Amino acid sequence: MAKYILKRILYLFLTLFIIASITFFLMKLLPGTPFSNQNRMSADQLKIVKAQYGLDQSVGVQYVRYMVGLLHGNLGTSFQFNNEPVTALIGQRLAPSMQIGAQAMILGTVLGILLGAVAAIRKNTWVDTLATFISILGLSIPSFVLAVLLQFYLAYKWKIYPVALWDNFQSSVLPTLALTALPLGTVARFMRTEMVDVMSSDYIELAKSKGNPNWRVVAKHALRNSLIPVVTIIGPMAVSVMTGSMVVENIFSIPGIGEQFVKSITTNDYPTIMGLTIFYSFLLIIVYLIVDILYGLIDPRIRLGNGGKE
Amino acid sequence: MDKILEVKDLHVDFDTYNGTVHAIRGVNFHLNAGETLAIVGESGSGKSITVRSVLQLLASNATISKGEVLYHGDDLLQKSDKEMDKLRGNKISMIFQDPMTSLDPTMTIGKQVAEPLLIHNNISQKDALKRAEEVLRLVGIPNPAARMKDYPHQFSGGQRQRIVIAIAIVDYPEILIADEPTTALDVTVQAQIIDLLKELQQKIGTSIIFITHDLGVVAGIADRVAVMYAGRFVEYGSVDDIFYNPQHPYTWGLLDSMPTLDTNEDARLNSIPGTPPNLLDPPKGDAFAPRNAYAMQIDEEQQPPFFKVSKNHFAATWLLHPDAPKVTPPAAILNRYKKFEKLGGNAK
Repeated sequence: MAKYILKRILYLFLTLFIIASITFFLMKLLPGTPFSNQNRMSADQLKIVKAQYGLDQSVGVQYVRYMVGLLHGNLGTSFQFNNEPVTALIGQRLAPSMQIGAQAMILGTVLGILLGAVAAIRKNTWVDTLATFISILGLSIPSFVLAVLLQFYLAYKWKIYPVALWDNFQSSVLPTLALTALPLGTVARFMRTEMVDVMSSDYIELAKSKGNPNWRVVAKHALRNSLIPVVTIIGPMAVSVMTGSMVVENIFSIPGIGEQFVKSITTNDYPTIMGLTIFYSFLLIIVYLIVDILYGLIDPRIRLGNGGKE
Repeated sequence: MDKILEVKDLHVDFDTYNGTVHAIRGVNFHLNAGETLAIVGESGSGKSITVRSVLQLLASNATISKGEVLYHGDDLLQKSDKEMDKLRGNKISMIFQDPMTSLDPTMTIGKQVAEPLLIHNNISQKDALKRAEEVLRLVGIPNPAARMKDYPHQFSGGQRQRIVIAIAIVDYPEILIADEPTTALDVTVQAQIIDLLKELQQKIGTSIIFITHDLGVVAGIADRVAVMYAGRFVEYGSVDDIFYNPQHPYTWGLLDSMPTLDTNEDARLNSIPGTPPNLLDPPKGDAFAPRNAYAMQIDEEQQPPFFKVSKNHFAATWLLHPDAPKVTPPAAILNRYKKFEKLGGNAK
């Protein structure tokens, strides 16, 4: 297992290198320049500024310079955000994004598992129909629409939560709820399909024939087996929540990195684009690694190392 | 002999999109203490549904519309699911057909075997696991202590079926229902499993209901045999009665399609022509009539009752009616009659 994780971490760096390279060249293809006030600058001024940021060099040289910096953990300096180092920029704004992202993922996954399991156990009853309806709503309403609705009712009309503020847990409730819908809907649908399948499998019948009461059949046998494919979608779901959070952060004025990402792209803030892309990739690869380890914990058939041997 | 289980006039219906399927249409049988009763018949004849009705482990669209299942005289069909849970895996347990899918892939086999003990007895996890280990040794899992923490995928098909059997017998049930326990196994392993069941029956004194479509297997294990067709029993009696003095044309067909040592190796095996009836709309008369070369007018109109052949041997065919014309069974069946006489019986 340790060997496997080590190997995966090695791959992680390789993947990050490839992503960084591709992003670097793609980014250079973006139209526009980082300097919005370019028209007002003289040719000489522009030359000086470009030289200052190393933009006068060829793309190849810029690439090598950036990569060397990256190896030293230096992500460069932002063109836009007060000339701050990109690492500091990410560090400051990471906490709020992570908080609402993690809250939404955990809440959505847990509620989704429950909703899907209940739907499967009460298959073809009104409970099932209601659960399916809820999960389809969760899947099809975009998070920004939900965000605005929540803002209108829970904040503006009923004044339960702040409209757009970032200080305590209270202020994280609405953005979390807005982001929860998607993981909840996705997990619930997967869980229902899988659990219906599992509930009609032979080993569930055998579990019932042992004299297990129904709740025990579900708790001891059905749940764990139904979770296996649900784990698979946690990775892609994390991507959706992250990208969804960019817009939601904007709506609730949360000082997170999602907001910054959007701004950096529209302003050709090269170092910030690079830094955030690498950071997001890193996060995703870690999520996938955790998912793969979770897999082994839940399903002994794909346990890594000695456990998997016949 | 003690009748520990008696099924009376069992009817089971299935609700489907196409209508109601009358899968079981009046089944009667009993099980004596310590004996092995085999139920044979082709796929879809209702063997599995019949025994699953005993434990009420039927699909959600099935209803037992009529009948009684008497366990020591107590009607199980009147019991709640909670009361049934107390019997399942404890007094009456079941061995399933496919060992590759019958075990929970994410639970260690030690825990799976110990589970019935933990449900039905006030016993510590440690004691239950210890007992599970003993039973695994009893069913022939080599080095069980080391393998308790293994998962099903780490065992072969035959070993998995032994584990399924261990689960079924761990709490010493009075009745063991074996639903085609050898069908998914290859022939050498089949023989081992049957020997194991016979051995276990002697050791723990359980009665067995054995379901199969393989007559060869029946001869190896059963005391009595019931032949099932289209949701009804058509003939039942001792193994010798069924194998050497069969009376129902369906039993003739089954036996005739089984190769014997006398079968010419170049010859094609016989088969029963046609297909079983559609149980959405069961025939009024004998369900086997359309496939029966010996069918008479009355077979189309009226279901035959059971006629007594000998003390414990009954067959539901109009051919046994005193007014029925005398027919000559297929040659292979006549050969069997000869053997029956050698056995000291009195073939018809």
